[in-house]
Amino acid sequence: MADIAFIALIFFLMVTTMDQEKGLPRRLPPMPDENIKLENEKVNRRNIVIVKINVNDRVFAGDEPIDVSQLKDKIVEFLTNPNNDPNLPEKTVKDIEGYGPYPVSKGVISLQNDRGTTYSKYIAVQNELVKAINEIRDDFSVANYGKKYAQLDDDKQKIVRKCIPQQISEAEPKDTKLKK
Amino acid sequence: MAKFKKSNKGELPTISTGSLPDIVFIILLFFMVTTSMRQTEHMVMVSLPAASEIAKLERKDLSSYVYVGTPLPKYQGKYGTDSRIQLNDSFRTVDEIRDFVAAERENLSEQDRPFMTISIKADRDTRMGIITDIKQELRRCNALKILYGANATD
Repeated sequence: MADIAFIALIFFLMVTTMDQEKGLPRRLPPMPDENIKLENEKVNRRNIVIVKINVNDRVFAGDEPIDVSQLKDKIVEFLTNPNNDPNLPEKTVKDIEGYGPYPVSKGVISLQNDRGTTYSKYIAVQNELVKAINEIRDDFSVANYGKKYAQLDDDKQKIVRKCIPQQISEAEPKDTKLKK
Repeated sequence: MAKFKKSNKGELPTISTGSLPDIVFIILLFFMVTTSMRQTEHMVMVSLPAASEIAKLERKDLSSYVYVGTPLPKYQGKYGTDSRIQLNDSFRTVDEIRDFVAAERENLSEQDRPFMTISIKADRDTRMGIITDIKQELRRCNALKILYGANATD
């Protein structure tokens, strides 16, 4: 009996994979209703940074080419705007429940890609964007609660998320039809 | 004094193995309960891209999978080497995602439906064109929660 149990145990040991679902979670924007005229909420130019990946996997932030390794710092600077530079996003003071007024950045990152961009590059860039936001959230958490974002409880994480929203827009594709 | 000498012969008493089967059974039960057999067979080659900022999905049962990649060599004769979408057990086109999402949504209980996540498992060399098409289709059928599958970088 014990032998059979052993064999069965070894079988389950071999076939079990303990892998969890891992990845970058995202929320897609809902499809705009065709009947409702899109009021082009004009996002102020200073509030938007366009990160573009072209067909050759070259990355551009704004209009200048940039290396992926430098993208994070650029985004952090863009979103925090430490010196209140008029070319970087404005901030609006919002009353955040449980925290009080906090100047929330209006910055939006717009991510654009070409049909020929490889998926790995796209994920690498997405990863850098998330990294930038995580870094800002960590800084904020340490400054206010003395702990990193991941170690905070749910309520506090919610406050941090409200203070530093993750505003990544995966741009409406310009041309979704295949070129024939 | 004699008593002490007797018990201190110098040799350790052997551990009883009588309870070993019970322990094995408990471990066996644990693995049997936690194992979920893989339901679908991969028909496309997927090696996930790497990312450092990955998050774990708490509820695995809420996720549906969309595989994108080059068909395995044994299917290449029939389907070619271009990137294909695999839903459940067969190759599908972008238009069929709608039905797939509807079916998956139907499988979930009423209160879980808003939390349904579509997990996109695409090969790292896939071109973004097909991914964009999938994303647009998902937006059209209002499945907005997605997860780009990625492995941890170490």
